[in-house]
Amino acid sequence: MPTVLILGAGSDMAVAIAREFARNKYDIQLAARNVAAISALEQDLSIRYQVTASSHAFDATDFTNHAAFYMALPKAPDVTISVFGYLGSQEKGQSDWNEAARILHTNYTGAVSILNIVADEYAARGNGTIVGISSVAGERGRQSNYLYGSAKAGFTAYLSGLRNRLFHKGVHVLSVQPGFVYTRMTENLKLPAPLTAQPQDVAKDVYKAVIARKNVIYTKWFWRYIMLIIKSIPEGIFKKLKL
Amino acid sequence: MEKRLANWGNYPAISCDETTFSQEDQVQDFISTHSSIIARGNGRCYGDASLAQHSVSTLKYDKVLAFDVTKGIFECQSGITLDQILDIIVPQGWFLPVTPGTKFITVGGAVASDVHGKNHHVDGSFSGHIIDMDVITGNKDTITCSADNHSDLFWATCGGMGLTGIITRVKFRLKKISTAYIRQKQIKARNLEDLIRLFEEYKDYTYSMAWIDCLQKGDTFGRGILIVGEHATPEELNEQQRKAPLLLAAKRKLSVPFNLPSFVLNTLTVKAFNWLYYLKNTKREINNVIPYEPFFYPLDAILHWNRGYGKAGFVQYQFVLPLEKKEGLVAILQRISDAGLGSFLAVLKVFGKQDSLISFPMEGYTLALDFPVRKGLFEFLDKLDEIVLQYGGRLYLSKDARMKQEVFWQSYPNAQKFADIIKTYNGAKLFRSVQSDRLLLTE
Repeated sequence: MPTVLILGAGSDMAVAIAREFARNKYDIQLAARNVAAISALEQDLSIRYQVTASSHAFDATDFTNHAAFYMALPKAPDVTISVFGYLGSQEKGQSDWNEAARILHTNYTGAVSILNIVADEYAARGNGTIVGISSVAGERGRQSNYLYGSAKAGFTAYLSGLRNRLFHKGVHVLSVQPGFVYTRMTENLKLPAPLTAQPQDVAKDVYKAVIARKNVIYTKWFWRYIMLIIKSIPEGIFKKLKL
Repeated sequence: MEKRLANWGNYPAISCDETTFSQEDQVQDFISTHSSIIARGNGRCYGDASLAQHSVSTLKYDKVLAFDVTKGIFECQSGITLDQILDIIVPQGWFLPVTPGTKFITVGGAVASDVHGKNHHVDGSFSGHIIDMDVITGNKDTITCSADNHSDLFWATCGGMGLTGIITRVKFRLKKISTAYIRQKQIKARNLEDLIRLFEEYKDYTYSMAWIDCLQKGDTFGRGILIVGEHATPEELNEQQRKAPLLLAAKRKLSVPFNLPSFVLNTLTVKAFNWLYYLKNTKREINNVIPYEPFFYPLDAILHWNRGYGKAGFVQYQFVLPLEKKEGLVAILQRISDAGLGSFLAVLKVFGKQDSLISFPMEGYTLALDFPVRKGLFEFLDKLDEIVLQYGGRLYLSKDARMKQEVFWQSYPNAQKFADIIKTYNGAKLFRSVQSDRLLLTE
């Protein structure tokens, strides 16, 4: 059975992705900062889908331990999915460096640190799939969340470069650009229902894209076109908008 | 986030906020900083029982914690729905000990409503199969309770509509099955007398219920179809079914995509529906072996069937009358027939004996009817309440959206005891719903 490693397994999106892969008979390695918090999910996956699931401690911002974490996994995973992220508070981060650093390190540097390690191993073996859950927020900076957005922009560019490098080694890299998703992270935001996906929708799209070896997907699919429009607004107009 | 929330009857709808949790500490944090909270599962109670200023959705607290395949013991977080549980247990040869007419409810909801099924006269309600459970009470601690341990909390939580706190974990016993099929028998009854006689005749069947056409008058008053069933054995299956006796083929579901205009359901269309339903059984008796899904969950095949009642919504009126008060059933059906207020679906079932604190079932006849919300309905239902009271019956809190508080206090003999236990575990009235305020349980 193939194995998938889920980095940041505590989130609603991670639960949905883990279940989607387990349903399709993947063994699941769950990694999260708080292992106790994912033990119920570990049980859930093995009972529901009769796959092997395991839990591992992983802190995205604890860069020095990333290599040791990856080496200690019971089995090198066939697919690695980086799901972790931190929306944080834009307002706080504008003046509080600790908040800004946490946003940047969780969404960008942390992801780069662990995926560098995974990428080298996959390149050496000549196969494997890396999935990065980025965000449409990374496609154009807006005043309401540009700290988060700029970190995701960096992550998106990283994934694109990684895909270019690893293509020649037989390794598949998938960038996922979710729009609005109903999760605990967005619970206090007023989201427009027709544009907002459920975590299960995202999970299904991710699984299908891994199987089809897609490069970049938007989920829901129409976000590709929404972002095209948003990106095409001239900067002179865009800067005046309250977004 | 502020939103409009209604349960399955789409009545009443209130403006409130809803929060989710996937870890226990998240819900602990929430209740430490909020009040007027009620837990909400899949929103399949019909009225206002799970509506409050702050609704705490359990739907993301949905992990399976243990499943003993040899002993048939299942342990899970409270937000998992019965349909998910069935997908896990049926292929392993186990079934829910008790299931209501929809599988789209959570385990927490099953406990809080102490749901009953077609097998109540044999297996009782859901509470009888619980080994133990965890409840976060108004004192903000998590208490493990069972029939022997913190039994006051246990019995006030079973059927207690979430007023003791938030149910977080439930461990319960399953029922052994050897196939995913039901051997069913449908028998037509010419009238109510005939139907009640049939119930008596077929009382040894594990599962039984009847559909009644409420709009008939005269000789055919209360005509209907009795449906009884047993879990089928492998020998009773046909060749095709026997290949994988515990697996069912996935079926496409229909859905009602939007609220139908309210004129769609009127006396004429309901009459036509009931007429077709009755006549589709051309023989007096039909025997067949069918998958468990259409037997237990016929309406689940049409997602959002509640939208058929239009934007104003509907109330489901479910009452129970003691066994010896059969004439009350006649009196109420007579009223409904005379009023012509139309019920799309009327379901009759005989309950067995049950001792509980606040659960709905008691030995007797229970009838459930749908009424689209319209002018004059509530006055009419108040009149029905009087008849129910007069015959010593009561109403199901999970269906209720409008009962007057005195009806509740007069019809539930343990109401005061229940209110006292709520005071012990939820003294500050942290947990309260629109319903509990209406019934003066938390006022």
